[in-house]
Formats: sequence, structure tokens, C-alpha cells
Amino acid sequence: MIKNKKKNESRSGRRRPVVSVALLALGLAFTGGVYAALTASTASAEVDLSSPQVIDQGSKLFAANCATCHGQQAQGTANGPSLIGVGAAAVDFQVGTGRMPMQANSAQAPVKPVQFTDEQVKALAAYVASLAAGPAIPTESQLTDGNVANGGELFRINCAMCHNVAGAGGALTEGKYAPELKNVSAVHIYEAMLTGPQNMPVFNDLNLTPADKKDIIAYLEYNRANPSPGGLELSSLGPVSEGLFIWIIGLGVIVGFTIWITAKSN
Amino acid sequence: MAKNDKASSNKSVATVASSSVQLGTAVEAPDRFVNPGFPEHRLRVTDLDPKKMKRAARIVGVLFYASILGSVFAVFAYMFFPIEDGSTTSVRLNTLFIGLGITFALLAIGIAAVHWGKAVMADHEGVDHRHPVRGTDATRARAVEIFKEANEESGFSRRTLIRNGMIGALIAFPLPAIALFRGLAPMNEDPNNLMKFTMWKAGTRLTADPTGVPIKASDVTIGSAFQVIPEGLVDLPEKEKLDAKAKAAVLLVRMKPEDYTWSSAERESWSYQGIVAYSKICTHVGCPVALYEQQTHHLLCPCHQSQFDIANESQVIFGPAARPLPQLPIYVDDEGYLRAQSDFTEPVGPSFWERSK
Repeated sequence: MIKNKKKNESRSGRRRPVVSVALLALGLAFTGGVYAALTASTASAEVDLSSPQVIDQGSKLFAANCATCHGQQAQGTANGPSLIGVGAAAVDFQVGTGRMPMQANSAQAPVKPVQFTDEQVKALAAYVASLAAGPAIPTESQLTDGNVANGGELFRINCAMCHNVAGAGGALTEGKYAPELKNVSAVHIYEAMLTGPQNMPVFNDLNLTPADKKDIIAYLEYNRANPSPGGLELSSLGPVSEGLFIWIIGLGVIVGFTIWITAKSN
Repeated sequence: MAKNDKASSNKSVATVASSSVQLGTAVEAPDRFVNPGFPEHRLRVTDLDPKKMKRAARIVGVLFYASILGSVFAVFAYMFFPIEDGSTTSVRLNTLFIGLGITFALLAIGIAAVHWGKAVMADHEGVDHRHPVRGTDATRARAVEIFKEANEESGFSRRTLIRNGMIGALIAFPLPAIALFRGLAPMNEDPNNLMKFTMWKAGTRLTADPTGVPIKASDVTIGSAFQVIPEGLVDLPEKEKLDAKAKAAVLLVRMKPEDYTWSSAERESWSYQGIVAYSKICTHVGCPVALYEQQTHHLLCPCHQSQFDIANESQVIFGPAARPLPQLPIYVDDEGYLRAQSDFTEPVGPSFWERSK
């Protein structure tokens, strides 16, 4: 933009206002376009988690945003656990879903708007992964083409007790809860199984193999894509919401009709 | 007191009282309500205003015709929203629209009928007097006579063979039902035997549910939770498999060895480097307890919120369960596989009377 202006000035001392406006617009469009092209290319390209620049960027982000609780070297403090060896997957899950940085030190770190750009999340993940070996972020091929039937069985055995058979989530002790899984992306589901965030147990690759994890994701995605054949799901909470509905609404309608039938016409 | 009451009581009470009781000593309440009579007959708006009557009649008629539409709609919904290739969306649309049509049809008939009766049909008030329950003496005498006649003619008292046979037959008739229901309960089995022993034996390998793949100690990283069945369970026939699984299901978790509190060294020897196996059957009423919280080491039963502390020999810390979950003693063999040292040392699941025998 500055170059454009100089060029213009050197040709003639005075400019007509229309020309300067047009030049300004052109310059803005050019810089904007270049910026957009640059950011678009970085967003679509995979961030190289082993590159020193990315790790360095992550290190700075970590020092500014995470070190208060997790320690300057991610060694952990009284307020937060050590992150050495948790791997890129754990960071991508915790930061990528907005759980970290934690809003308040409470029993549950809830999902909230993500605080970092995708690039920053990956940089943080790269930094933490550089500290010690740990689970990596799964690739696209690890998330697709699972067996829905097998995934359903594995989900019912390993996950449904906390997350509800339809993935609607459920209550745990002392205010904690297992979150719903209907709006969680495949990569985050995979990372959660792999790393066991918060009170969720770890399901390492020897417990649920990568193929098993893929199947579970396929089951959840199938559930998401196919509506309940029985009509309104009522949040899929089972007898709780269904009972509430039928006892309050269903019985209420019957009581209303009974009163109407026996009341004398106006 | 009495004087005040008397003064405030109404006239009729005073006259009743004066006939039986000396004035000033007691107050006698009337023993029944005075019949208030019928409330004034209130005419409906449809009686007063011919326009409103016409409107009500029209509503009733329209509702009946609307019901016809609902029924026709249901038939069309059946044709136009068929269940195709089992897709859940088509099932959902099919049931939804057929249901809406039928509901509307029936509801419209019901509302029309009630509205017809209430607003359009003539509004008379009639009185149905209660009649005495007791029959006339003649009827009663005749009834006794009929009984006597029936007894003589049937020979109920005289022909004892028939009478006793009939009574016996009626008593015997429910016996099969009693025998059948008794058959549902365990017969000569000692429930203690039934409940105390599961599929676990010394040396049985711990395998993953549902695959039956044996688990190595090194597979169980800290924070892991495995749903475990005994080796060989997957090969059983379906019914036996379910029966065996209902008793033998185990949750296997690992946490740091220093996080545990053990009551004895022997108890500690039931675990292996922070790996412990507990029965998954709640000691309250037998729900599968598997809501394991990795950080707090609490195990929550979803049915009645019993909580067990895995770090402390799975003692009950909340809820209705009375006993800790039974622990499965485990060890590691030369190949690194987890194996059971023995069966559970106590019956798994809910309490029963003979449990302590």
C-alpha cells in the first residue's frame, strides 16, 4: 500500500481526489486479498507439529495462557496437573473444545467458546507434545468408515453407562457430568477416548483398538444422522424426560378434558 | 360459654334443643343439614340466543366432518409415507402422520359428541330419588323359598358325593398354577451355592468384553478402565453366557499404587501394581456399576446413586448399598496376562437371607 502511494506521488505532485480514492481502494483490496490468501492457505494446510517455529509459538502461548496453573515447564502445580506426556491429543481436545483454559477451578471443566484459533491450538499441542512422547492427534483416515454395529456394542459396554445409550450425556457425582456426544466432532471423540479427559477413564489403543474407536465414532455419527423412528426423542434421556412429559402433559390433558366434560355448558 | 353458644346459635337449633334438654345446660347441633333445595336452573347461552345455538350446532357438525377428514388423511398418510427400506426417517414420518390422522379423527368425534350433549341437546334437570335397598318382605320370603327349592331339586345337601366332589374339584383347580409359580423359584438349590460361585477360578484369565481377548497388565495404563469377562465366557451358549456374565462381570482399573488404602497386606496382594478388579454387580439390587470417575476414583451406580471408593477397597461412601463391592483377587502370569487368584471370596450382588451361611 505504501509503495502504491509513493509511486503515485512521484508521477505528479497533485492528485485528483477520485484517483486517490480509487488507489486507496485498490491498495486495500490488494493487501486484504493477500492476507486472506495467506491465512486461507495456513488454515487449510496441516500445521507441522514438529516444526521448531510452531513449537516456539506454542511455548509462548503456553507461558502466557497455561503456565499459571500448569507451571512454567508444564510440570504441574497445586492448581493444575503436569502436562508432561499427555500428548498433542489431550491439548487438542482440552483447548480445542474450549474446556481449557478453565474458567473456574470447579469439579467440571465445561465446554465453552474456544479461546484460541485452530492454528494456536495446534501450536500449543505441538509444544506439549515436544515435552515428552504422548498420544498424537488422530488423522482423518482414523475417523471414518467404521463399523456401526460393532461400534454400537462397544459403546454400550464401555461408554453408555455414563454418556447414555444415545450419547445424550448423564450425571455423575458431586455436580460432575458426562457430556452429551451429539455435537462433538469425530476428532474430539477420538482424542477423549485416547486421553481420558477429566474424570473419564482412559481407553488406550490396547483397550479399544484404533479400529474400535473408529467403530464407536461411526455409531455416534449414525445416531446423529438418523432420527429416532419413535418420534420425539425428548433429549433421549429415557424415562426421566419421557415420564415427566407423560405425567405432566399427558395427565394434564386428561384432567383438562375431564373438567370440561363435567362442567355445565355456559 | 354455653350461654354465648346458645345466643349465637340459630333459631331452629334452639327449638330442637328446648324439647329434649334443659335450657342452658347443653347445645345440641342439628343432626342433619337442612335440604337447601335445587339451585336455580340456569339457562345456557344456546337456550337464550338462537344464533349461538345455531353456531354450536354448526361446530358439532363441522367437527364430525373434520373427523372424516382425519380418517381419510390417515389412510392417505399410509399410502404416501410408506416405510421404505427400513429407513428410520420413513418409519418416523409414517407413524407420525398416520398417528396424527387417527388422533384427530377420534378426538374430533369425542369433542363433537360432548359438545353436542352439553350445548345443543335439551337441557332438562331431572330428579332420580334414591330407593330403599331392602326388598319387600314378600320378595325376601320368595328368595328363601327359591334357595330351599334349589337345594331340594339339585340335591346339594342330600347328594354328598356330588357336593363334595364339586368342592374338591374347585379347590384342586388352582393347584397347577401354584405349582407352576413355585417352579419359578429355586427348588432344592442353596442360594448361597448359586450366588457364591461365579465362573472365576484360580488361573482364569481376565478378558475384554465383548471380544474375549485376554488382557495383559501392561495394557492397563494408569487411568484406564476395562470391562472384563472371564476367559471362555464368549464360547458359552447364549443363555449360559448371560447367566454367567450376570455374576462374573468385572471392572478393571488402574491407578497409582500410592493412591490406595489397604486394610491388610493380604488384601493388597489381591491387586497388581495398582491394577484392581471389582465385581460390577451392585451390592444394593444388582445393577451394573460402571460409572468410574478416573480422578476421584469413585464408582457410581446409575440406578440408586450408590457410590463406592475404589481407592479404599470400594467402601460405600454414599447411597443405599450396604456392602463394598467384592474384589476379584488377581495376579500376573509369566506371559504378563492378568489371571484370577481365585473366585470372589464372597457372594456378588445384592444381599439375601442365607448369605452369611
